[in-house]
Amino acid sequence: MKLNPKLFEAEVERVPIRNGYGEGLMELGEKDKRVVVLTADLAESTRVLEFSKKWPERFIECGVAEQNMMGVAAGLAAAGKIPWVSSYAVFSPGRSWDQARVAVAYSNLPVKIAGAHAGVSVGPDGATHQALEDIAIMRVLPQMTVVVPCDSIETKKATLAGTVWAGPFYLRLAREKTPVVTTTETPFEIGKAEVFQEYGNDVAIVACGPLVYQSLIAAKELKDEGVEVIVINNHTIKPMDKKTIIEAAQKCGAVVTVEEHQVMGGMGSAVAEVLAQNFPVPMEFVGMPDSFGESGQPEELLEKYGMSVTKIKEAVRKVVTRK
Amino acid sequence: MLSDQKVKELETAANEIRENIISMLLAAGSGHSAGSLGMADVFTTLYLSGEVNVRAVDPWNEGRDRIILSCGHICPGLYATLAQAGYFPKEELMTLRKLGSRLQGHPHYRELPGIENSGGPLGQGLAQGIGQAIAGMRDGKSYRVYTILSDGELEEGANWEAIMLAGKLNLHNLTAIVDRNNIQIDGYTEDIMPLQPLTDKFRAFNWSVVEIDGHNFREIADALDKARAIFENPTVIVAHTIPGKGVDFMEGKFEWHGKPPNREEAEKALTELRSLGGKIATE
Repeated sequence: MKLNPKLFEAEVERVPIRNGYGEGLMELGEKDKRVVVLTADLAESTRVLEFSKKWPERFIECGVAEQNMMGVAAGLAAAGKIPWVSSYAVFSPGRSWDQARVAVAYSNLPVKIAGAHAGVSVGPDGATHQALEDIAIMRVLPQMTVVVPCDSIETKKATLAGTVWAGPFYLRLAREKTPVVTTTETPFEIGKAEVFQEYGNDVAIVACGPLVYQSLIAAKELKDEGVEVIVINNHTIKPMDKKTIIEAAQKCGAVVTVEEHQVMGGMGSAVAEVLAQNFPVPMEFVGMPDSFGESGQPEELLEKYGMSVTKIKEAVRKVVTRK
Repeated sequence: MLSDQKVKELETAANEIRENIISMLLAAGSGHSAGSLGMADVFTTLYLSGEVNVRAVDPWNEGRDRIILSCGHICPGLYATLAQAGYFPKEELMTLRKLGSRLQGHPHYRELPGIENSGGPLGQGLAQGIGQAIAGMRDGKSYRVYTILSDGELEEGANWEAIMLAGKLNLHNLTAIVDRNNIQIDGYTEDIMPLQPLTDKFRAFNWSVVEIDGHNFREIADALDKARAIFENPTVIVAHTIPGKGVDFMEGKFEWHGKPPNREEAEKALTELRSLGGKIATE
């Protein structure tokens, strides 16, 4: 797999994932006139400010009113537009979920929802602004697609692919500067998980979002102590790439899922649903343990709430003993 | 101005629509009687007077006016009117709320020709109307957007987010029609959550306001005409209606908001509605 050659170096580039969203929108603005962008008073933070300046006629500032924004997007989609709804995930889809359910998902309209500031690594803003439930509430909606990219480059690809993807689409974005894991040549296809690293067949680590980086670091360190794992970037939570996940379970016989989201209802749960029905194997879940976050630095929070490299390695060692 | 002949035609159509609403609700065994009957004259004017650019023969024409029903629970009235206008066969009306029917208990987007939105959870329709109106205005299209809301539904805060945005954007191609019937499930609106002074509220949000008798076809048509002539801002037509209109024992009673008639009540209602003389349409 073609990954960033500087991946394991200290000076690996770190870029906020949301930047990839803004870059994707700028490319779309040039080539697809159907694309319109909406925000609820978060143009700069969600990286849509540049789009709004270049194409004001294709931009709608909705004010601090996320429910209305989602409904307006449904109307725009019904009129032939491809709207991107941009806010923080705690507000949209957090507050606009009823509109996402009825006006968007039930109507199967191509509304694209970007939920920024997802995960505990939002940091100092604290628990109110750390979306840790959005994967659960979006993947449960029929006809909704859910994608969690691992870095800014993959986010740009997901923004472009999600725009032409038929139907409703949720894109989860993180706030912090995130190590760049992929390159422009790394394959990305909605609904297709990618094996990013393959050292052996002891355990399969299935990760999504920024923690794909931590998973790769953990895998490398585990190799040095003799535990050989594969690392899968499972960016599409729904529709999930069942084939890749089942094959990994068959090959390794044990799975650890890694995500910056509540363990309950998140990506790991979705993987467990697939494996329980097709090829049950011992699993460990790295994620938020049914708790709210708090203020702090991202690394401190990942450590405290059990989503650090150390915790991933612990989960791998534990699941090996259960094989 | 509607001709005398046209008004007569609309009266006849609205009466048949009301009869079908009663028959549908009886067959379904559940559903919302009062608002469906109360808005029958407005629905009739929207789809059958020629004031609005919608046609059953070409229901998804790109240039059509959009009619969005935000208060989806009064869909028996919408369905009966669409069937009356020829959007689908009237026989299908009796499948309301039954397994496999296109006539869902609350409307599903494009399940039937003419259904422009999924609706039922209140406070969502105006936002969708705004989306359609923005798209039309910015693309230089001439279609208009009509959104029908109930008065009780204005208690949903999301409506006021929408009313603010439409006022900000001066969406003069958008018309909201509020069914001011003063009732909701638990009682009278002014007891549950006072809405007055309703027209002042809309004016304060930069809307033009027209108040009408929602059972007077000429007033309804004139209000639609007037809204078309206003280029400064969006218009709200506050249509004063009588819930349960046409059926004496239902009129004005909030108890009929969310329930259907039983057989005896349906026969009585149909006798009052005259032409069927107490016969259920499917018999």
